[in-house]
Amino acid sequence: MGMIAKIFLKETEMSFVKLSASALAIAAVSATTAAARDNVQVAGSSTVLPYASIVAELFGENTDFPTPVVESGGSSAGLKRFCEGVGENTIDVANASRAIREKEVKACAENGVTDIMEVRIGYDGIVFASQQSGPEFTAFQPADIYNAIGAKVMKDGALADNSYNSWAEFNGELPDVEIAMFIPGTKHGTREVFEDKVLLAGCESTGAMEAMIAGGMSEDDAEDACLDVRTDGKSVDIDGDYTETLARIDTNKNGIGVFGLAFYENNTDKLKVATMGGVAPSTETIASGEYPVSRPLFFYVKKAHIGVIPGLKEYAQFFTADEIAGGSGPLANYGLVADPELKETQDEIANEVTLGSGS
Amino acid sequence: MTDASMQNAEPGRHSVSLMATDEHTRKRARAEKRFRAYGIVAIATGLFFLVVLFTSILKEGIPAFTRTVVSVDFTLTEQQREESEGVLLKTKAYSDLFITALKSKLDERGLNTEVDEVAIERLLGKVGGTIRTFYTQNPDKIGEQIEFDLAASSRVDGYFKGRVSRDTIQDSRFLQKSDLELVDALEEAGIIKQAFNWPFITGADSGVDNPGGAGIGASVIGSFFMMLVVLGLSLPIGVAASIYLEEFAPRNRFTDLIEVNISNLAAVPSIVFGILGLAVFIQFMHLPQSAPLVGGLVLTLMTLPTIIISTRASLKAVPPSIRDAALGVGASKMQAVFHHVLPLAAPGILTGTIIGLAQALGETAPLLLIGMVGFVARGYPDGFLAGFTEPNSAMPAQIYTWAARADAGFYEKAWGGIIILLMFLLTMNIIAIILRRRFERRW
Repeated sequence: MGMIAKIFLKETEMSFVKLSASALAIAAVSATTAAARDNVQVAGSSTVLPYASIVAELFGENTDFPTPVVESGGSSAGLKRFCEGVGENTIDVANASRAIREKEVKACAENGVTDIMEVRIGYDGIVFASQQSGPEFTAFQPADIYNAIGAKVMKDGALADNSYNSWAEFNGELPDVEIAMFIPGTKHGTREVFEDKVLLAGCESTGAMEAMIAGGMSEDDAEDACLDVRTDGKSVDIDGDYTETLARIDTNKNGIGVFGLAFYENNTDKLKVATMGGVAPSTETIASGEYPVSRPLFFYVKKAHIGVIPGLKEYAQFFTADEIAGGSGPLANYGLVADPELKETQDEIANEVTLGSGS
Repeated sequence: MTDASMQNAEPGRHSVSLMATDEHTRKRARAEKRFRAYGIVAIATGLFFLVVLFTSILKEGIPAFTRTVVSVDFTLTEQQREESEGVLLKTKAYSDLFITALKSKLDERGLNTEVDEVAIERLLGKVGGTIRTFYTQNPDKIGEQIEFDLAASSRVDGYFKGRVSRDTIQDSRFLQKSDLELVDALEEAGIIKQAFNWPFITGADSGVDNPGGAGIGASVIGSFFMMLVVLGLSLPIGVAASIYLEEFAPRNRFTDLIEVNISNLAAVPSIVFGILGLAVFIQFMHLPQSAPLVGGLVLTLMTLPTIIISTRASLKAVPPSIRDAALGVGASKMQAVFHHVLPLAAPGILTGTIIGLAQALGETAPLLLIGMVGFVARGYPDGFLAGFTEPNSAMPAQIYTWAARADAGFYEKAWGGIIILLMFLLTMNIIAIILRRRFERRW
């Protein structure tokens, strides 16, 4: 009896020993490898993510460096992580669909991230699209969008809370269907350009801004008020990505969604695009600046990591090479509007020019 | 009982034969019947949703397991290789060589549709990477004729699977309506065909413009290593903690407090563990980002309460007589627990562990913050230990990433990924069932 018990004990003990040994092994591994990271770590804008993933794949396939890891999460979140400090446990590159802000540069500096290289990779257009088989939404002016979803609009010559139900109520040329707009949520960099180039422009051109200032608001307050959207459900903030907007448009034939040009071009069989200010969105009209709603895309490189993280500078150079970001490269093919000043960007990277050091 | 005594108490009013059922009995019988009907309806509803779920997963996911390939004999000369290796975008150079070879093949055959190189490029996926990898790994094959099966573009693939049709297609730089004629001609010639999608099962993630090259294999490995970490840490820690709490710890306010907190921990949303993981494991302990090791550690924290609660429940379920008997013949407390109680509780512990692991396997939220969600395409780790530390994704994270991409080809892959995830889960469950059978001891 005692023998059997002993053997049993041995068995159980053995398995416990094994398990704890494996746990120890894991701890040991973590201790040894915490020292070296061999891949570039990128995070940030979900608009830049597709382009960054194309480049990362090609970078892994065409060079001897390992494929970089690209995370998403939004421009602001990416820059925040970028500014956490210098060291291998922080990211090397932040993607952003807007330029870095003054206060972010300050936050960076406070954590020791002082030398930041700004790289502009090209331009992205923002398009307004509806269901392929839905009503004829083919031409918008910023004023139409503002009238549809602004919080306070001009009605019968006076400023009033937005009570429009149908597009035809303020523009006879638009279909007489219920207003339903799906716009990017506030954490998206896209929201900012949508506010600047569409809502604010519409607010000015409808005269709502003037009326607000005449009503006793300061200019800054009026600008802020112009960016307020109605909250009665006619305008819906989409915090996810464009696939979510597409799903909402799919189930609502009157819905108008805000998309990136590349996303629209990948889904032309489902979506129908509207002109803005009389110009149809395309890589050409965006590059020439005729199409009003576009914005530059950036990524930011931590200079302190160059030479520490293998392949970081090479990644930045590869990204902006003519073969990649140029007019006939894979990025343009996917929908990025190539930057006409790409050459200057390449020179800046080669010389490791940082923000504020004068370029 | 009550009914019988009632009838005895008032025989005059209710003298009914025992053989005939009275109103009350019938009422009870009806109530029981109703309850059974509710039960059947509940099960049927559950089954209905299960069937809907499975059919939709299979319907959407099965196409991911076939792919459209362009199958051509191709010879690479040493000179061509050197030229291609000399440029920045080597994969593009290889891909151009392949397109030229394919075009001359087509011209030889004399297809009646017009063929130009741009159109061929639209039909092909991103093939350069595959070709370059092949020749880098097999340098001795240069100069030999090799038959390549290379992925067609996502839209051509969609055309074969019914995602793209002649009626809905819009001319774009991705595919023109006229290209479909060429596709039909190539299919007739046997150059474009359907094949089983091995790269999907074995490959790693690919860029957003290359759905044909995307595979889930690497993230299966990522999930596997995470599960190893979770199992290796949460099972011994969880079991040791519950044995101590259940069998040895004194009952006082302090242990009560611990108990309450374990239950609370089990209800904490998983994203919270992700933030904790970022702060503790990456920023404080400086563990590598995007590594399955960190993912596993985070998921261990999440799984521990589940395992502790279920282990304690199964320890409690062992009758006290077993302990008493063991102690009675002179066993020490520890011997009683390890020789008698634990083996009997093992099946329950295994069940709890497998539930915890299954939950951990499907988690995406905690991984968001430690860098495992996004574009992680390192491929297979270099070795067993590297598997823990090299950046990798996990299956649910990969599925989530694919579902958000613009190209419809990725959406299909997301569903296919769900099938693989379910198969992984099923395998885990089967192993648990087999182990449970072996451990099962009856008393």
